[in-house]
Amino acid sequence: MKTQIPLLICLVAGLFMGLQYFIPAALPVYNRVNDYIQVVTAFSLVLGVVNLIHRHIGRMRPSGPQRRRHRDWPFSLAALVGLVVMLFAGFGTQRGPIFQSLFNSILLPVQSTMFALLAFYLASAAFRAFRVRSVDAVVLLVSAVVVMVGRLDDGGALGIPWLSRQILNGPNLVAKRAIILGVGLGMAATALKVVLGLERSYLGSGKE
Amino acid sequence: MGEIVATLTARRSFVGSLCFLAVLSLFLLPASAWAVEPALDLTVKDKPLDAGEVLKIAFSRASGDSLGRTGIVRYELLRQAPGEAVFKVARSFAASQRLGRFTYDDTGLKPGKHYQYKVRTVGADGFTAETAPCPPTAPRRQWFFTNKLNTLVATAIFCAFVLGFIHAARRGRPMFIRRIAGLDAIDEAVGRCTEMGKPTLYVPGISTISDVATIASLNILGQVAKKIAQYQTRILVPNRDPIVFPVAQDVVKEAFIEAGYPHNYRSDDVYFVTNDQFAYAAAVCGTMVREKPGANLFLGMFYAESLVLAETGASVGAIQIAGTDAISQLPFFVTACDYTIIGEELYAASAYIGREPTLLGTLKGQDLFKMVCLGVICLGVLLMTLGVIFRGKPYDDILQLITVRSGS
Repeated sequence: MKTQIPLLICLVAGLFMGLQYFIPAALPVYNRVNDYIQVVTAFSLVLGVVNLIHRHIGRMRPSGPQRRRHRDWPFSLAALVGLVVMLFAGFGTQRGPIFQSLFNSILLPVQSTMFALLAFYLASAAFRAFRVRSVDAVVLLVSAVVVMVGRLDDGGALGIPWLSRQILNGPNLVAKRAIILGVGLGMAATALKVVLGLERSYLGSGKE
Repeated sequence: MGEIVATLTARRSFVGSLCFLAVLSLFLLPASAWAVEPALDLTVKDKPLDAGEVLKIAFSRASGDSLGRTGIVRYELLRQAPGEAVFKVARSFAASQRLGRFTYDDTGLKPGKHYQYKVRTVGADGFTAETAPCPPTAPRRQWFFTNKLNTLVATAIFCAFVLGFIHAARRGRPMFIRRIAGLDAIDEAVGRCTEMGKPTLYVPGISTISDVATIASLNILGQVAKKIAQYQTRILVPNRDPIVFPVAQDVVKEAFIEAGYPHNYRSDDVYFVTNDQFAYAAAVCGTMVREKPGANLFLGMFYAESLVLAETGASVGAIQIAGTDAISQLPFFVTACDYTIIGEELYAASAYIGREPTLLGTLKGQDLFKMVCLGVICLGVLLMTLGVIFRGKPYDDILQLITVRSGS
């Protein structure tokens, strides 16, 4: 029963979602069902926050035979303080100046910093990728250089932008389309397996 | 004689003044004093291929109205719903809009009920003129997207292939699946973690449960967690999506129970981090640096954070296996990870690791349908070429039959 009911729900929902793609009259029901997702998300967010609080409080609390805190407990404290402060700033001041100030002065710069790290990681990844160790690596290096130079204004005189476009619209696009075709069929096959109850790993063991 | 000339001159000046005043008054008259004309050519049509809730309405400007410069301020579309005695304003259009013809999709209507429309032209001084009401029109509900017939046929063929191979697999037909290095390496990675006494970090992507890549990742998580439970080591699963989190928790818990080591399952090891993309990336990077996992598995849907995660993982010396169907992130994973599961291999992973015959059958069905797709692509190229050489029919008509149209 524990497995049969979720499988039945999955079958009905999956068949409906598959069929509605071909039935215009089912669109209002489809839109209504999509609205329910927001309700489920709201409840699951509460679940997520409860888990977050539970996990971090557990790490701050002394435990084990030696009654010691987890070694990362200061991070847990920082996470909980951040959660509580933003919660009060958001609800308490109706998303007023304190909330905006915290958001703009702390959260946004931190997010930007994380995003900016990408530039350095790109450089180190490129260094590793372009090390000439085989014929394939040489082809990759030459193609990458052509495409990069092709994006520069000064590359025009050498005809490199044309070559760059040929690489992007030729072999690159062909490979991308091949992957997209495979991904599409893989998605459809996975969806079919899940809807028909053949794939049950997401239910745990899938056994009664 | 002189008096007569003076009188005539005075009269001429008087007549001239009258004429001048008359012309001036014409210019000084308020614009709305010009007759306000009704809008032209009002049409109401049912929107094709919908649920019968929309009517498409169109009308043209009143005669002489040139972009609102003739005193017309706006056009009001009036609707009389079934059971209502009067027309009510459904939508107002400013006459200053640079449109020759106004169009509007009236939504939220009841299928099969008759609606009437007319257009009211409103002048600056409130002078109005209305068109005659259009004939009652009802939105009709359609039951099949006729433009998706070829998609339906292709779907049916695909399902038939997959179900056929599943049936064959159940009857014991052996299924050969080519070796996928990235999936073979999962065993190696888990074994390495066991030897080193380090946990395995499993990142199920940052997308929602509605993404098929996430479902595929959770399927793989079940298999990986079972192996980890058998080796009696730890698995860390940080989650970004609050719906994916309880599912992942359940999958890992069930895997530990099935492996016979339920007491080794630690609920705190499968946890929710945050919904924010880069905050999540920062938290996972922090986990990698502090916990120093022996293996990092990045399987699912990833976006810009993919390289941040993979490079941090490489810097802590973990064996890294990544798999995604996000084409733009694949180069980063190929560069920074030891093994990369590309595109459809992600969806085949669960069947490949589990080696369950019915699941392997779906892979065979998938491959056969891919051959059909290749055949259709070749046919399309041939028809397109013949269409260009022989200019159109009948090649274009056949091409239309196999062209997939998305949306309604």
